[in-house]
Amino acid sequence: MIEIKNLYKNFNGTPVLKGINLNVPNGGLLALIGRSGIGKSVLLKHVVGLIKPDQGTVLINGVDINDLRGKQLVEIRKQFGFLFQGGALFDSFTVYDNVSFPLREKTKLRESQIRERVLHELEHMGLKNDGHKYPAELSGGMRKRAALARALAMDPSIMLFDEPTTGLDPIIGQTILDYIQQCHQRLKFTGIIVTHEVTKVFNIVQQIAMIHSGEIIAQGSPEGIQAQHNPIFDQFVRGDTTGPVQYI
Amino acid sequence: MNWIRTLGRYTLTGLQQLGRYGLFLFTTLIWTFSSPLKVGRVIEQMSFIGVKSTLIVMLTGAFTGMVLGLQGFYALSKFGGESMLGPTVALSLVREIGPVISALMITGRAGSALTSEIGIMRITEQIDALEVMALNPYRYLVIPNVVAAVLSFPLLGAMFDVLGIWGGYVVGVKLLGLSSGTYFGEMTVYLSSKDVFHGIYKSLSFGLIVAWICCYKGFTTEFGAKGVSKATTQAVVICSVLILVWDYFITSVSF
Repeated sequence: MIEIKNLYKNFNGTPVLKGINLNVPNGGLLALIGRSGIGKSVLLKHVVGLIKPDQGTVLINGVDINDLRGKQLVEIRKQFGFLFQGGALFDSFTVYDNVSFPLREKTKLRESQIRERVLHELEHMGLKNDGHKYPAELSGGMRKRAALARALAMDPSIMLFDEPTTGLDPIIGQTILDYIQQCHQRLKFTGIIVTHEVTKVFNIVQQIAMIHSGEIIAQGSPEGIQAQHNPIFDQFVRGDTTGPVQYI
Repeated sequence: MNWIRTLGRYTLTGLQQLGRYGLFLFTTLIWTFSSPLKVGRVIEQMSFIGVKSTLIVMLTGAFTGMVLGLQGFYALSKFGGESMLGPTVALSLVREIGPVISALMITGRAGSALTSEIGIMRITEQIDALEVMALNPYRYLVIPNVVAAVLSFPLLGAMFDVLGIWGGYVVGVKLLGLSSGTYFGEMTVYLSSKDVFHGIYKSLSFGLIVAWICCYKGFTTEFGAKGVSKATTQAVVICSVLILVWDYFITSVSF
């Protein structure tokens, strides 16, 4: 379970998060939406302890991740999978080595078992014949799929997706969302998806939360949040240039 | 009163920076001695820092020795002391010029590359990815470089010395007519193992300084490509200055 309580964060005096409260129950999947540069990725990095808050707590199964150091932090991070916005693949490794890296480093699996697992993940992502390529040789979509394969290779119990479909064509984007849904059903992980593809994630998440001006302004089930008729949420979903928020 | 405020702000920022450098070194040393070494990564980095710097170190070593031979011969001939050319070249190289110039050359070739490589990993979130995988970035990125640099610098420094002494020999003996026996004979009289160890200690400490500063600047890179270029430039400048400052201190202590 992920519980974010009263989270505040400033960067160089500019407030980015202003008292965020969010709960994701075990096995639940939440979509976090909001305009670009509003602090969604920053919030996600707080969840995994990459950024420390100025105030507030991030509880992972009841434990505040910001209180953990050393081995305790390592243990809790073993539960996480994180799909970074740009993939964050290691450029000096091939796709195969990228996916096998966490398995080699964090498990005692034999090389043959690792190979079987990696090829299985790559096949699912449509990258079976691209294992020998380096990240620089891949398209944006392939890079994202390879990163997703790496994030899911360890069967995480908490998965964080930072814009998994941004920059991809609609078909590849939908393929990735379908795969996230399949993995969620199979692994039952607790997860947060940061996305702009609001309508596309309605079918795969249980909750949607919208962040605006550093605060959660709307939250609920896909049906419930639409029924709230929050003007900022409605404008964002419809993509209207006019409304309560001036985007430019 | 504004200038006092400005001075105070600069002082505080400077102290904070120094603290961060110190903390980075402290953390690196703690992890170096408390976690198993990634031997494969160390060998890889020794190849990058050491083996691939061999040519440039040998070239600069040979030509530095040749210049020392020429200048030394000119100065010594003023008072008829040409026979002391061998010891002059050898002592200058082994105690001072070998460790310093080889360290400066490796900083330019490998240190800058280290900073930019780690810096790019930082801005493309590859270091964050390591952390999220519950892997210690120090163990994978910093410690192998520190160990590789500490082992490689003395070897490259020694190579510089040998080529430099050979360069001095070519100029002094082959070009200027000094006898080979005088050149090497006097050298064995005046050059002691203490001088050789003095050079080795210097190279070891320069290796630590270069790996420390270059890894730190890479680790703390910000703001895209411009940030990487800024970090790389700063790393090379700080390393070069620190090498010379530390060289003075270590020389004055063991004088």
